[in-house]
Amino acid sequence: MPPSRSWRSYPQTYRLEAARCKGCGKAYYPPRLICPGCKGREFEHFRMKPSGTIVSHTVIRTPSSEFSGLAPFAVGIVEMDDGPRLTLQLADVGFEEIKTGLPVRLEFRRMYSEGESGVIHYGHKAVLVRK
Amino acid sequence: MAVGIIGYGAHIPRRRIKVEEIAKVWGADAPSYKRGLELLQKSVPALDEDTITLSVEAARSALARAGIDPQEIGAVYVGSESHPYAVKPSGATVAEAIGATPDCHCADFEFACKAGSEGMFVSYGLVKAGLIKYGLAIGGDTSQGAPGDALEYSAAAGAAAFIMGADEERIVATVDETYSFMTDTPDFWRREHQFYPSHGGRFTGEPAYFRIVTGAVAGILKKAGMTPSDFQHVIFHQPNGKFPKRIGKRLGFTPEQIETGRVVPLLGNTYSGASPIGLTAVLDVAKPGDRILMCSYGSGAGSDAFVLTVRERILEVQDLAPKTRWLLDENIRFVEYGEYAKLRRKIRLASE
Repeated sequence: MPPSRSWRSYPQTYRLEAARCKGCGKAYYPPRLICPGCKGREFEHFRMKPSGTIVSHTVIRTPSSEFSGLAPFAVGIVEMDDGPRLTLQLADVGFEEIKTGLPVRLEFRRMYSEGESGVIHYGHKAVLVRK
Repeated sequence: MAVGIIGYGAHIPRRRIKVEEIAKVWGADAPSYKRGLELLQKSVPALDEDTITLSVEAARSALARAGIDPQEIGAVYVGSESHPYAVKPSGATVAEAIGATPDCHCADFEFACKAGSEGMFVSYGLVKAGLIKYGLAIGGDTSQGAPGDALEYSAAAGAAAFIMGADEERIVATVDETYSFMTDTPDFWRREHQFYPSHGGRFTGEPAYFRIVTGAVAGILKKAGMTPSDFQHVIFHQPNGKFPKRIGKRLGFTPEQIETGRVVPLLGNTYSGASPIGLTAVLDVAKPGDRILMCSYGSGAGSDAFVLTVRERILEVQDLAPKTRWLLDENIRFVEYGEYAKLRRKIRLASE
């Protein structure tokens, strides 16, 4: 991914910025220009709380080349406490521990890098909440 | 005008490797290493953790405790000797991730293991001078030790963040005095493009760590007009478990004053994060009125010393983010040397 493209998505990838439709209240991540629900065009931008719940999960054993060093790794759909559902890597967890409904929090992590000399892409991954 | 810490936080990777596991690979005597270094284990960063990611998480905990708008942070400083980029500041990514850009001064610091306390010193100074409202200082590292070298048993990963400010109602610990002590002492270094650092063996002890830390502590005690018995807690740089105990005893501190901030036996040496993480462990349990002395040490070589006094607000913020002892003790996973070698990129892959 060119640095310019990842730079444009920093508000979302770095700060989890989402948008809530002022018409129907539904939250979107990434933000939309038109609400698919009520067709509203006015949104309130906000930063999501870094917490949610696992809705579904799988294990990737043959990833694309950028992620080959990480394999095997878990990926899950996480429903954020603020509403949107995100597809995220599930980090620092044994695959047998992952269950639908478990609470997670999002941590800032390295996603991948463009080889040894290219830019490093950062974003969020989910880790299990442990008391 | 009182200036001090208004928020603090630490972050430590979840993986650990035991001293026995490293010693087994190199045919070394684990009990003698454990006894000699007073280390049980060290933290190991995952492939997706680096100084920037650890710094962001520590900074978010500091923000949670400070309760401020990150847009009011006027300076972000990250001190480390393992910045992910040779040219491109770690602090810029940290500032972007916490929402402190664009009205913000930013720089990365390097001074071996005291790069974190440098950021604290400069942030404190800028707030005191009235140039910024709040300053964020972070010390963090994902340090490397060459395979089989003594450093491999201790080189660990972690970060601590402190937000300095002058809001009377937000200060959790005032900075009452600072003092720095520094000479050119070649005890530990890493040349450009070298993957692992080199060190002077026993030269890192008496002429370096012990001489410099002694100078810094003597200097700040004289400047503050205080004695060791005036403090409830003291935190020294902790490259291993033995050095902070030995320097503490030599300078007249008791084991009880040292122990709360001596996190190295369970964590390893987090380099720029070492004494700052020790300070977070102390702040987690400190009581209003406690006096704290922190003295970092960075090879090359120098120390930054701080005298702090804890305020009432500490009791309101201690539970607002994960406590350092919890990060040390809970939710950890031990790895074997093979996985450690992969995670620390000690194995060259075909794609590299």
